[in-house]
Amino acid sequence: MATLSVSKVPSRHLPVVATFALFVLTFGAGSVSFENFASGQVFANLFIDNAHLIVLAVGMTFVILTGGIDLSVGSVLALSTMIAAAGVKAGWPVPLVIVVVLLTGSVLGLLMGLMIHKFDVQPFIVTLAGMFLARGLCFVISIESISIKDKGYRALGMDRIALGGGVSITNNVLIAVAVLLAAMYVLHLTRFGRTVYALGGSEPSARLMGLKVGFTKVGVYVVSGFCSSLAGLVFSFYTASGYGLHAVGMELEAIAAVVIGGTLLAGGSGYVLGSVVGALVLGTIQTIISFDGTLNSWWTKIVIGALLLAFIVLHRLIVRRSSA
Amino acid sequence: MTEPVVDMRGISVEFPGVKALQGVDFRLFPGEVHALMGENGAGKSTLIKALTGVHKPTGLIRLRGEEVSFHGPGQAQDAGISTVYQEVNLCGNLTVAENILLGREPRRFGRIDGRATRRRAAELLERMGLAIDPGSVLADHPIAVQQLVAIARAVAVECQVLILDEPTSSLDAGEVAELFRIMRVLRDEGVAILFVSHFLEQVYEISDRMTVLRNGRLVGEYRTAELSRLDLVSAMLGRELSVLEELEQQTHPVDERAVLLRATGLGRKGAVEPFDLEVRAGEVVGLAGLLGSGRTELARLLFGADKADSGTLEFDGKPLHLRGPRQAISAGIGFCSEDRKAEGLVADLSVRDNLVLALQASRGWTRPLSKRTKDELVEKYVAMLDIRPATPDTPIRNLSGGNQQKVLLARWLVTKPKLLVLDEPTRGIDVGAKAQIQKLVAELAAEGVAVVFISAELEEVVRVSDRVVVLRDRRKVAELRGTDVDEVMAHIAGGRAAA
Ligand SMILES: Nc1ncnc2c1ncn2[C@@H]1O[C@H](COP(=O)(O)OP(=O)(O)OP(=O)(O)O)[C@@H](O)[C@H]1O
Ligand SMILES: [Mg+2]
Repeated sequence: MATLSVSKVPSRHLPVVATFALFVLTFGAGSVSFENFASGQVFANLFIDNAHLIVLAVGMTFVILTGGIDLSVGSVLALSTMIAAAGVKAGWPVPLVIVVVLLTGSVLGLLMGLMIHKFDVQPFIVTLAGMFLARGLCFVISIESISIKDKGYRALGMDRIALGGGVSITNNVLIAVAVLLAAMYVLHLTRFGRTVYALGGSEPSARLMGLKVGFTKVGVYVVSGFCSSLAGLVFSFYTASGYGLHAVGMELEAIAAVVIGGTLLAGGSGYVLGSVVGALVLGTIQTIISFDGTLNSWWTKIVIGALLLAFIVLHRLIVRRSSA
Repeated sequence: MTEPVVDMRGISVEFPGVKALQGVDFRLFPGEVHALMGENGAGKSTLIKALTGVHKPTGLIRLRGEEVSFHGPGQAQDAGISTVYQEVNLCGNLTVAENILLGREPRRFGRIDGRATRRRAAELLERMGLAIDPGSVLADHPIAVQQLVAIARAVAVECQVLILDEPTSSLDAGEVAELFRIMRVLRDEGVAILFVSHFLEQVYEISDRMTVLRNGRLVGEYRTAELSRLDLVSAMLGRELSVLEELEQQTHPVDERAVLLRATGLGRKGAVEPFDLEVRAGEVVGLAGLLGSGRTELARLLFGADKADSGTLEFDGKPLHLRGPRQAISAGIGFCSEDRKAEGLVADLSVRDNLVLALQASRGWTRPLSKRTKDELVEKYVAMLDIRPATPDTPIRNLSGGNQQKVLLARWLVTKPKLLVLDEPTRGIDVGAKAQIQKLVAELAAEGVAVVFISAELEEVVRVSDRVVVLRDRRKVAELRGTDVDEVMAHIAGGRAAA
């Protein structure tokens, strides 16, 4: 019986299992509705088109697990594309561009983390300020979109890696998968990762247990800043351009992916893998809408909204069931 | 004697508006169990936190003869001081094994070895005599188990100093015995143990010496064997204890008053088997039983905190369908929960706001209270329960553990309920306040309030109750009137003794 098999799953895994089921369901719905949908390449494209969102969602998961939030990720992504495009245009070597971009994101994260920790300010406020700051800086560099013409740089984004069966992926997909694996390693197999969960469970307790609360609290914003700038690089590979209006509102999509992925907004419970599947669910909905062709793309937002609500309710139900 | 491991001199800690400690000296020797005694708010927990670097004290602290000043509990831990703080301080979202070894997980090539973590945790749990799955989520266990897990965490590392701040407040007799056995083993290995408890029996059983604090000042350091209980109590209170004697026979005859609450076949799967219960107005019904016998679960059903899945409830002559605590509150039932941290108090609100919260909720938000009424009420209850500090604007989290418990109780008293369910109302409360609360229960009953009283201390249950309901293995097994501790014990042991 269905209820029997569900009750075997530990309740803290339930939301992730639900997210997986949701992904299978949406992808299945697409496959039934449209021919050519159920193909390897459509599946691979999900990763290609959403690699940046996956990377953002992974960074965001760290922050949300501690009970924090990072609203700056979309803007930092845009700023990163700008720095990359401007750098390439100025003739910097590509490795230098990459290093500068990643450093910028990490330092921004570090500064926000320090503000949050040292002055005990709400993460919401600090990262909101970071969001405006980064968005503004984009336009200091240029108010126009800068396209990237460097052959080597473009190749990084365009080169295809064949997987056989006519299916191919880009470097971005490899980056996203590497980020996911690294995040899983850090969260589950290092003390830093354990402390992230402990912080989300109870910060005063974590403090009294002698854990490195300050280091970890600042650390998650550095991780998120790093992921945002890496997502910026991924995005610049994907679009071969830098623009201050890239990824407007993307932070909310990242948060949505994390929540749909089964992570508790209050912190302490959830998995990065869930967030990645959450991002894929969002991608699938977008794909379905573009396959349909007649639906307005705003439908994506409506569906995402409905899903978010459904998942928050699901969480409450699970919590209630397991505390009963 | 040898050199002290911990030597604190002239320790003072000041919080805004409160001098929590003033010039306290404290010494702890290797191989002793040292009890730190004092009323609620005397400064025991503060002294501990001053030692472990949670608070920054003025004064001098020497550890093994060397001057130290810790910048946080982590440093104290690294220096060999293991602490179980008063409120269980673990992360409920993590597993038992993770909690025990958090921050010191066994690692292989820099990564946490999950298998070794669970194995090590299982060893430690076994040593504590705890038969639970180390992979289970901590929050799924009752507070007593969580407390034992916290202790397992403290003894998981080699330490020279072990600090236990009220570790026994939610343990039953068997668990306390087990804890004491471990404490003795550690003591004999030369560990210095600092122990805080409000149970005088326990203190006399386990401690070698004691230090008494009163109002943030040192009263004295004594050998346990040389200090009589009466002297200890008057050292703690600074006066003779008269309330306790008055209370000896509080039980009052219940005339055949109207039945206020009648539960018929009330039960909930996995919590309590269906039971019948009658509570009359002005009657105190005690619930006795071991931890996990279902006494808390029964109380929660009466309040609607958990939903019954069988049986009916009748209150004040009318059927009462509880879908949640709201119906219970508006019908006139109050519930003082055993887990004050998670369910009772709002830590960031002031004493005043916490007191008013329940009252306001029962009146509905459309009928606000005037400031005058609020102030009068707050003043009355602060005085009645002797809540310290008597400044209603202090946030709850700054109160000592025992005083928090008093605020929680006051919060329900304010609403003038017809039936008050008190789950472990005297846990973590000092002797003086305990007597006050028992007296208060008697007074409430005299005014016609029905009280359901739960406590792990049988003496207390027997003393305050008109009737004692005994639970065993999630089932009501007896209902005793005018009983004594031995009889209740026999019923609690019941089947087990026979088997
Ligand atoms: N963080 C804080 N901020 C302000 N005041 C505090 C704080 N912590 C404790 N106090 C105050 O310091 C005094 C001593 O409190 P402490 O917790 O040390 O008492 P205690 O002896 O442990 O009592 P109990 O037996 O109730 O646990 C109390 O008056 C309390 O209100
Ligand atoms: Mg205390």
